[in-house]
Amino acid sequence: MPVPVKIPSPLRPFAGGESVLQVEATSVAGLLTSLASSHKELASRLTDESGKLRGHVRIYVNDEDVRFLDEEKTPLKPGDTVAIVPAIAGG
Amino acid sequence: MTTFRELLSQVKTGIREVTPQEAQAAAAQGALLVDVREADEWAQGHAPGAVHIPRGFLEIRIEEKAKDKNAPVVLYCAGGVRSALAARSLQELGFVDVVSVTGGFGKWKEAGLEIVVPKTFSAEQRQRYSRHLLVPEIGEAGQAKLLASKVLLVGAGGLGSPAGLYLAAAGVGTIGLVDSDVVDLSNLQRQVLHTNARVGRPKTESAAETLRALNPDVEVVRHDLRLDSSNVLEVLKPYDVIVDGCDNFATKYLVNDAAWFLKKPDVFGSIFRFEGQASTFTPGNGPCYRCVFPEPPPAGLAPSCDEAGVLGVLPGVVGLIQATEAIKLLLGKGRPLVGRLWTYDALEMTFDEFKTRRDPRCRLCGDAPEIKTVEDLSWSCHFDPLGKQERERVLAGGTR
Repeated sequence: MPVPVKIPSPLRPFAGGESVLQVEATSVAGLLTSLASSHKELASRLTDESGKLRGHVRIYVNDEDVRFLDEEKTPLKPGDTVAIVPAIAGG
Repeated sequence: MTTFRELLSQVKTGIREVTPQEAQAAAAQGALLVDVREADEWAQGHAPGAVHIPRGFLEIRIEEKAKDKNAPVVLYCAGGVRSALAARSLQELGFVDVVSVTGGFGKWKEAGLEIVVPKTFSAEQRQRYSRHLLVPEIGEAGQAKLLASKVLLVGAGGLGSPAGLYLAAAGVGTIGLVDSDVVDLSNLQRQVLHTNARVGRPKTESAAETLRALNPDVEVVRHDLRLDSSNVLEVLKPYDVIVDGCDNFATKYLVNDAAWFLKKPDVFGSIFRFEGQASTFTPGNGPCYRCVFPEPPPAGLAPSCDEAGVLGVLPGVVGLIQATEAIKLLLGKGRPLVGRLWTYDALEMTFDEFKTRRDPRCRLCGDAPEIKTVEDLSWSCHFDPLGKQERERVLAGGTR
């Protein structure tokens, strides 16, 4: 079952303009891999060359930062909601 | 016909009286201490922790303050007469543990007990802040706190404009403004502190003019400079709350770090196109900005800066969330955005909230901190979603 991934407006140009992507994945790592094949540009903004989540991008599973769960290994199950939140600095 | 003296002696036999020292001890044990004198007497000074209900309003208002009629109530006036009569009235209302202070506030002062002199408001201030004075969570004590407070706005731009306007209107007594820019015509689409006529003038000067015109109670302090590691601690030091409305990552991290070292709350806000974020960082309680975003984006991926564009009304919403947080912190009321990252998507009109936590690995506030003092972040704005040529073409009037 796909998991809904909320795409914030700054990253929507790299997600085909969609505000929510439905992604088949059972872990955060799987989700990033899946995005890397479906939305390469978006994935490159989330992870660095080694595939690690960038320091200015947060991924939340059900409002909890995956860094305080099991990082990329955090499992995803049906009914979970994923949100991507990048640091922004305009004022 | 009963004379006043006869009435008073009758009343006094029917109530219990205590000394000022006993009253103070009772109040320390949790008894409700009520000052029944008139407003002008209260304004000259009163017992600490007392609530003020003038004798004429006592029966009408006492139940707002004393829900339990079995709980102890201590009444005082200037000399012990009005409070004796008041004690009888409360007994008639069903209060069972009411006492009156012998000799009243006069004896209280004579005994050398502590007093507090409340902030007095001018007639104009009473009118200006009347809608605050009516709110129980603010009232005179809260408004006095705001008037004695100092808030620093980092940036007199998109976020600083709405925050500054409302903080000044609310009567925050001192507002500091940090900005080294001059007003540009392209700012006026969102930076509502400034005006057409002030294009080319320093932003702090323009902002100060607007805020002083809105509320002469406010002292505006201008800091015409760019914050860096050499000046940030000195600039932030005199303020109670920092409102970070700056427009770049280098300053965001610098302000976060400086506020952390100075143990001052940092109300963070950021905007980009249609997206807004806000959170409140209170050193010693909850995360700092580095716990939430350990690193700035690498140059080239950084959504920031003027070039990227922003919906003009967006900073209005985010800046006012920051102003609300600042006022709550100053009043000590409500639940601030501590441990919570608030996000706003203006296109979808959705508001989200995410849990944030202090990160034991945080380089600033973690268990083994590496950052020992404020340092400059070398970071420059290279984000260019359109590409340089495309942007110049759009700005020159071309269509996308």
